Amino acid sequence: MTDSNNVVWLGAPSFPDAAREALADTQLRTNLRKATGTIRDKRLAVTAELDDWEQLRTAGKALKRRTLRHLDHHLVRLEEAVTKAGGQVHWAADAAEANRIVTALVKATGQTEVVKVKSMVTQEIALNEALAEEGVSAYETDLAELIVQLGDDRPSHILVPAIHRNRAEIRDIFRREMGKWGRPAPEGLTDRPRDLAEAARLHLREKFLRAKVAVSGANFAAADTGTVGVVESEGNGRMCLTLPETLITVMGIEKVLPSFEDLEVFLQLLPRSSTGERMNPYTSMWTGTTEGDGPQDFHLVLLDNGRTATLKDTVGRQALACIRCSACLNVCPVYERTGGHAYGSVYPGPIGAVLTPQLVGVEHAESLPFASTLCGACYDACPVKINIPEVLVHLRAEVVEAKRAKGRVPTPEALVMKAAASVLSSPVKLSAVQRLAHPAARLVSRRGTIGNLPGPLGRWTRTRDTAVPPKESLRAWWRRTRGGREGSK
Amino acid sequence: MRIALFITCFNDTMFPDTGKAVVSLLERLGHTVEFPQAQACCGQMHFNTGYRPETLPMVRRFADVFAQGEYDAVVAPSGSCVGMVRDYHRVVAEQYGDSALVEQVEAVTPKVYELSELLVDVLGVTDVGAHFPHRVTYHPTCHSLRMLRVGDRPLQLLRAVSGIDLVELPAADSCCGFGGTFALKNADTSNAMLADKMRAVLDTRADVLTAGDNSCLMHIGGGLNRLRTGVGTRHLAEILASTEGTTGP
Amino acid sequence: MTTRDTVLGRIRAALADVPASEGPDDVPVPRDYRRSHAEPDAVAQFAARVADYRATVTRTTDADARVTVAARLAARGLRTLVVPDGFPAGLLPEGGGWTVLRDEPPLSVAELDAAEGVLTTAALGIAVTGTIVLDAGPGQGRRALTLLPDYHLCVVREDQIAGDVPEALGRVDARAPLTWISGPSATSDIELDRVEGVHGPRTLDVIVVGGE
Repeated sequence: MTDSNNVVWLGAPSFPDAAREALADTQLRTNLRKATGTIRDKRLAVTAELDDWEQLRTAGKALKRRTLRHLDHHLVRLEEAVTKAGGQVHWAADAAEANRIVTALVKATGQTEVVKVKSMVTQEIALNEALAEEGVSAYETDLAELIVQLGDDRPSHILVPAIHRNRAEIRDIFRREMGKWGRPAPEGLTDRPRDLAEAARLHLREKFLRAKVAVSGANFAAADTGTVGVVESEGNGRMCLTLPETLITVMGIEKVLPSFEDLEVFLQLLPRSSTGERMNPYTSMWTGTTEGDGPQDFHLVLLDNGRTATLKDTVGRQALACIRCSACLNVCPVYERTGGHAYGSVYPGPIGAVLTPQLVGVEHAESLPFASTLCGACYDACPVKINIPEVLVHLRAEVVEAKRAKGRVPTPEALVMKAAASVLSSPVKLSAVQRLAHPAARLVSRRGTIGNLPGPLGRWTRTRDTAVPPKESLRAWWRRTRGGREGSK
Repeated sequence: MRIALFITCFNDTMFPDTGKAVVSLLERLGHTVEFPQAQACCGQMHFNTGYRPETLPMVRRFADVFAQGEYDAVVAPSGSCVGMVRDYHRVVAEQYGDSALVEQVEAVTPKVYELSELLVDVLGVTDVGAHFPHRVTYHPTCHSLRMLRVGDRPLQLLRAVSGIDLVELPAADSCCGFGGTFALKNADTSNAMLADKMRAVLDTRADVLTAGDNSCLMHIGGGLNRLRTGVGTRHLAEILASTEGTTGP
Repeated sequence: MTTRDTVLGRIRAALADVPASEGPDDVPVPRDYRRSHAEPDAVAQFAARVADYRATVTRTTDADARVTVAARLAARGLRTLVVPDGFPAGLLPEGGGWTVLRDEPPLSVAELDAAEGVLTTAALGIAVTGTIVLDAGPGQGRRALTLLPDYHLCVVREDQIAGDVPEALGRVDARAPLTWISGPSATSDIELDRVEGVHGPRTLDVIVVGGE
């Protein structure tokens, strides 16, 4: 991976350490609980309206499988269709190449600023930073992205990147920062969401009206027609996709769909899973260029950046089916407590825990596959049925194997696991350990209860009492009461 | 029916009373229970922590032990261990074993049931003749809820218990934060989830918290005990086996 | 070797498990989901669902359409209105008091921004989702026309209302620039509290025309 790869934030601590800090932030906990709770309820209400929701999910999963198993074929078709419709297609193997392509395209227009539609993929390649190095200012126009950009912050949610901020914090950021970037926040700005949205409207309006170049991501692109689409709510997407003369769309190669018709599934699954609406306020679709309407210069950058490596893994490749709805974040009990920053990646939450390690290599994100209780709420919520727990345990094995391959000295955990495996696969050894468990535990217990223990087990006993194991295991009881017989009666 | 008890290594060592309860419950219902002495562990901890090759001998042993004896069913009082067997034994067998093991796993797995599945689906009973005069709330553990999809089977069984005062647990489907080695690797997050779960339990003013997995109960119960809340934990099997205070035939 | 070749080569290598005999259309996709979730009275459902987004919906007959449009505009107190080419003359309010802006020659961004509103037809409506679909056809104009003015009055005929998303996709031309609009511009980015009106038109009025 190149230096400009931003999938994993440089110097980010491991998940447990980052989570500890996040958990101590009571404001963050409150913000997250309220926000995820609200959106969970909305999602459940609108998905319950469709009695064929399960069939739609199954179709969505199958369509993504159909796409991925013949990805080369569909990308070549997409390229043909876009080119025929007046667009230009570029290919980027990694983040650095994508950034070089976009920067060169912007510079060719002679412009020094671009407006941006919220896009995960340009976060992933750290496009804004790359443009800034070349003297081009990139303005985020989605309200939440604006909050993040003005606050010199990191996004913490796929759909609502500023979910970790409450209204008072947002007001303070607007008051403090807007003037440095353009039109200042109105005098006496309150923390009412309506007033904050109005301040963003005023601040960004002048940027939209003068913008000559826009950069967007894509929610999908149909290979048969070359139609590219962006779903959004605020109209900032429409501004960027319609007003500038040049539009540069950066898209992960997995976002292609075999046909325009396939949108009938995803335009039902995505809004309901994402914002909990029957349909998002605005969906824009365009095919190449249209004379007299919108950008006359359209570029589509197709990005690999670790996706083909992910595709190679027959278990892990299902993560490429993700449509970035963020339903898995909103239902995740871990995400709800820690928020997105703890994942140290552009892609947080359960999907981030399976996508990030695959995009960057497990050795660069080895704590992420373990940042889950495997409760399965994400799998149930996923509109394309990505079996996230299955991929998590698959990647855990990869983390362990990678450590095993690298280390001459086994980790303490590996030693414990090896010893445990020997006991747990042998009834004789298991019986022996069970006979020892009771007296051993007695040594560290008081009145039949184990309190605080030193060492790694202290992480357990710090908040929980544990009963001393009983003198007699079940198997010992069976032997004693039922003799050598295996069966009752 | 001839039913083999897979006690699970954790219950065997820490919660033998749960195993005794399964035995007495099934015998009370007129079935034959057997306990294959050669059984050990399903391998869940190793598998879920990423130690897959180490899981293989456990998968092999499980398949060997329960392929013998021609049982009509194998029952385990643990949603997560049954989930491991059902969803992942085949994965381990295919990845590290041989075709004979895959076949054996495929033959054994369909006979393996979690307790509430066995009672409701296979044995067709919901009223098991239990008496348990306490205020009880039920926590559906994640693996029984979402891996096994036991649905409301445990609640059907609990509703039929005489004398019970069954109260609904708020936000019941939220994970308690145990997650096996997650509780050690991500102790702080685990504790935050535990705190919310305990608050929900206390809100019910129940005397007893029950579930189909002793691992989650040890986690929640350990927290409740540390805070001296006076709320106890009992595995579902123990409530269903209970005839406390009755003088039955 | 170009990057295109590199990426396509990596994809083919990654898909070594896919049998060479498998064609792109061989991967099965079960399509047993409903073609439509629409209620029997799709027009009523469309009106109700559009209104759910806090857009104002008025139902009217062919005979009363012009009067209804005029009444809506009067109620909003609009004076300058963009009217795209091909908007039915019979729907334009009679009398003065307001200025019609034509997009011929094309209005500048500043002129559009200064316009108080825009009056258009639509390509389609979708009952289940309460969506209006614009395809830049006659009476709708290019995309910027329905974006910059702060008020959008859209006239939809009853026979343009599709039941649900699959039917709507079958009725549009993918190659036209498409804008699907479901209520006014909105954001939920602040504590997930929904606020109507950010960058797109803050007010959306829909008039459904047809029937008696």
